[in-house]
Amino acid sequence: MIWQLFLTAVKALVLILALLFAFAYITWIMRRGLARFQVRLGPNRVGPFGLLQPIADAVKAIFKEDITVERADRVLYWLAPLIAFTFALAAFAAIPVGPDGWVVANLDMGVLYVFAVSELAVYGIFLAGWASGSKYPLMGGLRSIAALVGYELALGMAILPVVLMTGSLNLQDIVAWQQKHGYLILWQFPAFLVYFVASLAEMSRTPFDFAEAEQELVAGFHTEYASMKFVSFYIAELLHWITGSALMATLFLGGWAAPFGLPEVPVLWLFLKWAIFIFLVLWIWASWFRTRYDQMIRFAWGVLLPAATVWFLITAYYVAKGGAL
Amino acid sequence: MSVMALAKALGITLRHFFSRPVTVPYPDAPVAIKPRFHGRHVLTRHPDSGLEKCIGCSLCAAACPAYAIYVEPAENDPENPVSIGERYAKVYEINMLRCIFCGNCEEACPTGAIVLGNEFELADYRYADFVYTKEDLLLDAVGSRPQRREAARTGKPVKLGFEVPYVRPELEGVKYE
Repeated sequence: MIWQLFLTAVKALVLILALLFAFAYITWIMRRGLARFQVRLGPNRVGPFGLLQPIADAVKAIFKEDITVERADRVLYWLAPLIAFTFALAAFAAIPVGPDGWVVANLDMGVLYVFAVSELAVYGIFLAGWASGSKYPLMGGLRSIAALVGYELALGMAILPVVLMTGSLNLQDIVAWQQKHGYLILWQFPAFLVYFVASLAEMSRTPFDFAEAEQELVAGFHTEYASMKFVSFYIAELLHWITGSALMATLFLGGWAAPFGLPEVPVLWLFLKWAIFIFLVLWIWASWFRTRYDQMIRFAWGVLLPAATVWFLITAYYVAKGGAL
Repeated sequence: MSVMALAKALGITLRHFFSRPVTVPYPDAPVAIKPRFHGRHVLTRHPDSGLEKCIGCSLCAAACPAYAIYVEPAENDPENPVSIGERYAKVYEINMLRCIFCGNCEEACPTGAIVLGNEFELADYRYADFVYTKEDLLLDAVGSRPQRREAARTGKPVKLGFEVPYVRPELEGVKYE
């Protein structure tokens, strides 16, 4: 029992360090990648190819002055970045990166856990908007709550056919099912499309990044934050991207399972599949416009939710006829 | 908004992703400058005699909208003339902080003595160092004042951060390399 506890603690520590490292280099990938999409070079002055840029950024952020706005609600103002940061970090715990032991918490409700925890991070964003005592953060926070009402249903509805098909909420079981029967992106392509679009909203990435919309809202919900509190939000935001991409890779692309009968290497295959989604989101980010939040809600309720529901019924019929493999 | 338009947008950005970045990594690689770029001024000389073209008439100072130029003329010694006319510029100063690089001085000059060159790397530390005198402006001086100071300190030749396809004829005798 003690040994189990110790092992989980070590795994959690490793995961947290890995996620923070991934965050540091996702900023590099993001800046270099976006730069290439815009025919620029991106940061290349610190170290070879600018690879030490995240370290320089971190040092700069630490030495920045930490500002508390006069009108801010002190307690919530401090709490909001912690909430956003903690839940963003915790969400990854249920995603398996390899066979049996390679997951921090092998939960039977793994899918629900990841959803629940990453949605809780929205409280961080909303409280930040509320506690800043300033109009732009408030608007950003309200938008993110409004978006939550929109995409969350579609997200849940898109995941139901997957769960029906595999008969489990455990992510390890879902990966095992895909190992046996082929990737769910082939079985559940409409669900994947709906899930991907809703997921863009969940990660608050283009075209649904209106919560921080720098052209209209200065910096949205974190306008009044500086120094490490700002960095906490930044980490939370990018960790959503990281976790969301890993979850999509797990649900629809077979997770850590090796494709085409290649040898099993625990972290490698999930990483490569994860990279596909990271690139896809970055690509969309560089290409598309930003929707208004009412347009997004109309789209989520009017297109995504009905589409997901119809596909859910089709899958349910298929499973009920004994098609579940 | 159609799905085709969205796909087209993705195609365009992907094409750009695989094209060469247009960024010039400036201090490492030279900037390509157009021949008519308005840069630091040069006081030119007559190519064969080597005499200065400037006759100290102060028309450039009069034309200058920023009052950046100061000229103090003196009579030429007929035995050993500095310029070809009766007079020459004993003192010729341009304040590079005031100068707006408009080129009016070049247009006003009756002898084509003051010409805007192509150098632009003028950054320095003290206000006083931005007042360029004759020795900084005559075409023998390659590089700006801080660049030449740096070259004298390290013993290396002046390194210019740009290249021009050809030096325009008004700048006859100026070498950028």
